[in-house]
Amino acid sequence: MGLDIRFPIGMMFTLLGLVLVITGFVTGGDPAMYQRSLGININLIWGACLLVFGLLMWGSAILGKRK
Amino acid sequence: MNSHSVDLTFVDYSILGLYIAFVIGIGFALKRYMKTSADFFLSGRSIPAWVTGLAFLSANLGALELVGMAASGAKYGIATCHFYWVGAIPAMVFLAVFMMPFYYGSKARSVPEYLKMRFDERTRAFNSVSFAVMTIFASGISMNALAKLLNQLLGWEYNISLWICSGIVLLYVLKGGLTSAIYTEVLQFFMIVLGFSPVVYLGLKDAGGWGAIKEKLAGVAVNPVSMNLVDEASKKFEPNAWTSAWQPLLGGPAANPMGVDLFAMIFGLGFVLSFGYWCTNFLVVQRAMAAKDMTAARNTPLVAAVPKMFFPLLVILPGMIAVALTAIPGKDYRLPQAVIQQAKFPAAIASVRQSAAAKADVAAAVKSISSAAGVGFNSAKVAEMVKDPATATQPDAALAARIQDAVVNDYDGVILSLVKRYCPTGLLGLALTALLASFMSGMAGNVTAFNTVWTYDLYQAYIAPNRSDAHYAWMGRAVTVVGILLSIGAAYFASMWTNAMDIIQLVFGFVNAPLFATFMFGMFWKRATSHGAFIGLVAGTVSSALFHATTIAAGNLPGVKGGYLAQLVVLPSDMAQNFWLASFAFLVCFTVTLVVSLATSRTKTDEELTGLVYSLTPKTFAAGQAWYARPEAIGMLLLILCVFLNFLFW
Repeated sequence: MGLDIRFPIGMMFTLLGLVLVITGFVTGGDPAMYQRSLGININLIWGACLLVFGLLMWGSAILGKRK
Repeated sequence: MNSHSVDLTFVDYSILGLYIAFVIGIGFALKRYMKTSADFFLSGRSIPAWVTGLAFLSANLGALELVGMAASGAKYGIATCHFYWVGAIPAMVFLAVFMMPFYYGSKARSVPEYLKMRFDERTRAFNSVSFAVMTIFASGISMNALAKLLNQLLGWEYNISLWICSGIVLLYVLKGGLTSAIYTEVLQFFMIVLGFSPVVYLGLKDAGGWGAIKEKLAGVAVNPVSMNLVDEASKKFEPNAWTSAWQPLLGGPAANPMGVDLFAMIFGLGFVLSFGYWCTNFLVVQRAMAAKDMTAARNTPLVAAVPKMFFPLLVILPGMIAVALTAIPGKDYRLPQAVIQQAKFPAAIASVRQSAAAKADVAAAVKSISSAAGVGFNSAKVAEMVKDPATATQPDAALAARIQDAVVNDYDGVILSLVKRYCPTGLLGLALTALLASFMSGMAGNVTAFNTVWTYDLYQAYIAPNRSDAHYAWMGRAVTVVGILLSIGAAYFASMWTNAMDIIQLVFGFVNAPLFATFMFGMFWKRATSHGAFIGLVAGTVSSALFHATTIAAGNLPGVKGGYLAQLVVLPSDMAQNFWLASFAFLVCFTVTLVVSLATSRTKTDEELTGLVYSLTPKTFAAGQAWYARPEAIGMLLLILCVFLNFLFW
């Protein structure tokens, strides 16, 4: 209805992904922080996944608009 | 600082801030599309199926479900999946294939309005009022749980959290109506999936994978009292009690942690409660009614059914992981328990020594230590302490440790405990925002359903008919504010009475159970009369109340849990009582509706009922739709998949 919901979803997850990726980068050298996530830099990895998801959503919304 | 709280950093707060900004932003962006009342209440019937489908699922997925399913997963194991695989999926398929054509095709603007078209005003009024009351309470419970959680976790003041979160919801619903609620529900769906899957992944990895979890749960099943999962030391189950969905059921109520038998599970839960909820509850049906055309409307529950089938992985598995982790030495994790304040320990210790010296009976000892410590205790463990001769000479510290071990589990704390365990700052913000999102969505969903039912089914129908559409659109906004205020009131009510949750669940049960019989007759039997429907519905609801008043679950005291008029039947567990109550109410409603319909004459002609009843509605097949794209085919596929899943975890 007027507003394609893929835009806000795409934008939000792109931003969230960025926040997590940046956090992951900045704190990557601190092993104590990621001890609880079993040694995995979960912010970086999951942030990247969210970023990809967000961009895909956003992209499909833009493509949808072009039609 | 209490043991539950977490430290959030700037990153976590910014994630939260982003989410809030987006939901409010969506509301404002949609404002300009809200021209008519149909836009506000029904999204102008213009939403694509994938959106309505995810919203349909999300509307039901309140935080209570998230928290509650993990809790049940810990308490009952994989049997909790029955709520999804036996309950929800078949009901959703049935709704899509058989009922949506009537809801959507009749152009009813709400579920009660369908009842009015099919039967008469009395049935509609009964349904509208009970639904309106229930939905406000559901909304209030959601907000109360949220405010309590924020208080516990972040130390935020209860009132401030409640009013601010309610304010946020008010803002976006007021601006964008149902569409706002739907869009944010879809957002919430992705937040939940993306916010919690890392936690589940980490939990699985930590516990050693599904195989290792099964092994640990087998050990727990044969000695459940060690983790305070049962109240008697003698209560033991077969090793597969937590990991096999059907076999423990076949063994009868004593063989499964839920304490139910096969019939109660399949008929009570699988049929009556599930169909009663998914097929008649306007909260979810409203989302399907907002779809852009009949095909989209019918596909909505099917779209929802797909992720729903796999949700146990996300919401139930964490509970089972928590139990498995507790059983692995060296993991430094225990199922969360109720918290005893440090200051109360001396009194608790004294109480135990006293009970032991006086050789008090178990019930008295439990009562004494509970009031001393301010929390509930596991009877078996207390009995052990009281009867143990070593208790008298044990040093305080050792006794304190035993007392702590005997405290009841706080199952509702399971999902949070896993989030705290695995999430570093960043992911923590994401998971908490996901939880917050689902609470707020719960309120938004309930308020949008409420404002529609109020405006169309109560206000327009009985108070101010024949006013302009602009007037009703205005009323919709006004009552949204009222709805939010009433929800806040309901939240306070829930917070003041510790068993408010029980009372409300009870009322839901009363109202929900007979409903499906009424709709079933309405949609599939043209001979069902208005008298039959109304009297049947009332009889069904009253019989629910009577059943509750005269039965009780083993181990409960008469009162809110039932049995206050008499105790004609004692059922093995709360769940069993629940399922049997539903079955009974349904059968009463069914029989009464049938008998009264046959005894009274029809008030509506076949013509008036076209489009409302199965036998009087032409079967239209969407032109050019391939056979495999039809709802019937997709529905069948989903059912097969569901059976397969049941088989896999049999």
